[in-house]
Amino acid sequence: MLPVVDPPKRDPYAPPKIDPAVAAGWLVGFLRDECLGRRGVENAVVGLSGGVDSAVTAYLCVRALGPRNVHLVRMPYRTSSPASLHDAQLVIDALGAVGRTVDITAAVDGYLQFEPEADARRRGNVMARTRMLVLFDQSAKLAALPIGTGNKTERLLGYFTWHADDTPPINPLGDLFKTQVWELARYLGVPSAIVDKAPSADLEANQTDEGDLGIRYARADAILSSMLLGYRDEQLRARGFDGAEVALVRRRVEGTHWKRHLPTTAMLTNTAINEFYLRPVDY
Amino acid sequence: MREDSEAVPARVALVQSKPRKGAYAENLAALRAVFSQLATLEPLPELIVLPEAALTGYFLEGAVYESARGAELFGHEISSLWRDVAGQRPVEIAAGFYEVENGSYYNSAIWLALDERETRILNVHRKLFLPTYGVFDEERFLSRGNRVSVFDSPLLGPTSLLICEDAWHSIVPTIAALKGARAIVVPSAAPGRGIEGDGELLSISRWRELLRGIAMEHGCFVLYAGLAGFEGGKGMTGSSRAIAPDGEILVEADAREGCIVRAELFLDDVEIARANLPLLGDLRAVLPDLLADDELPWLRGRTDAAGR
Repeated sequence: MLPVVDPPKRDPYAPPKIDPAVAAGWLVGFLRDECLGRRGVENAVVGLSGGVDSAVTAYLCVRALGPRNVHLVRMPYRTSSPASLHDAQLVIDALGAVGRTVDITAAVDGYLQFEPEADARRRGNVMARTRMLVLFDQSAKLAALPIGTGNKTERLLGYFTWHADDTPPINPLGDLFKTQVWELARYLGVPSAIVDKAPSADLEANQTDEGDLGIRYARADAILSSMLLGYRDEQLRARGFDGAEVALVRRRVEGTHWKRHLPTTAMLTNTAINEFYLRPVDY
Repeated sequence: MREDSEAVPARVALVQSKPRKGAYAENLAALRAVFSQLATLEPLPELIVLPEAALTGYFLEGAVYESARGAELFGHEISSLWRDVAGQRPVEIAAGFYEVENGSYYNSAIWLALDERETRILNVHRKLFLPTYGVFDEERFLSRGNRVSVFDSPLLGPTSLLICEDAWHSIVPTIAALKGARAIVVPSAAPGRGIEGDGELLSISRWRELLRGIAMEHGCFVLYAGLAGFEGGKGMTGSSRAIAPDGEILVEADAREGCIVRAELFLDDVEIARANLPLLGDLRAVLPDLLADDELPWLRGRTDAAGR
């Protein structure tokens, strides 16, 4: 009898691969090129939530620009978890970067007092847009480039506030799935209290991303990474993915294409910007 | 191609054999045992691929004249073995052998399709590139083939058989892919050499890179069945492997031991790979211009490649 060599057991839900050292080196190069090379800006400003995405972004910025040129702004609202504020401080302390806390409660409530019936989703969007207002103003004050922190998973699932989280002109993590961001965080030495906790938008008590989304990040990432290659739902099911989860992910991706684009502009002339008049972003 | 190929992967078994030199009957008996084993596997393989010179060993020198067989006879012997142990259960079998036809000898590979009713020879590929340098001496004893064929495997769809060095010339798998091949199947006998490598012989690494390159450039499956065992001090490097159209090594055997390597192929991965890296489509568009280049040696009158 000959020994039988079988292929490794195929786990359709194996997370998308990443070599964190390679990714980190590449992203540091990206940040230096965009800030120092293209714009001649030596400072960066990052909104620090206490979560893993903004922590990883902060770590990369410090590698690229040095700790004294990285401004990390905590922007709590009165209902924000104290643990988030604490975790954000861990990052500031670990990196030796410039820390600042701007409480957004008064700004948010200044508007929401006129909208007492606003539900959690609207309130969360107001908070997110207020944070971006603060970030851009700090950017002007400090001559610092705002750095985005959104990851690929939330971008694909539309799990972010349009014209808020996605607004900064550059984003190092936007092509990394959440599970890859976790890998990168471990490699960079982000405190485990941040890497290992359940991700949360921290807009309500006990809120978690995975509870909101209805699927674990690890499973969504595996589905997304195959779906984006062009596999149809029946092909994904044939490869071992759960049909209900595939449908959920497909629905979220296909319902949010608009969130990954600039506003739709009516074309009226032969010189419509970005339709006829085309120039690269770095031209 | 099977109608349910989107839902159910194709099941392949690569037989990494270690034949005894020139002992055809003994090796055939050993293959019967392998087929018996394969017939007990659940699920049953739908395609079995054997290496180059699978039942004789590779380095035969003048003994190739005593070991060669007609394709019909070889196909009959192989298919009869399967019928004996597996009855009428359908299977496709690819195997390398030394072929004789009308006094000419070839290093060939056959593709058989066995169904409930009949056995058909779908293709006999004659090795195009006969290595005759260093340790190799094929052209002294063998004639060259002159065509890359693509035939319709009931399991895999359009498929091409190449033998060993055929795959080293990038134009050969390119022609196969241009003619429509979705799978390239390579029976091989590769003596190992190069101890400067990192953890394995250099020739094994080179083969892996080469085959992955073929898969990725053309968006096709590559199945490689390598002969194993030593032949007079020259160690064959086995390493039978299945490679997906995106270059992923689905499975790979060790170099030295005889074994059966199983793989499952989702055949619609070809469409995905070609959509994501449409090099083959690009080549189709540009190839006519490339071939019409009057600086190419065969279009410059009667000069040879060195311009003589």
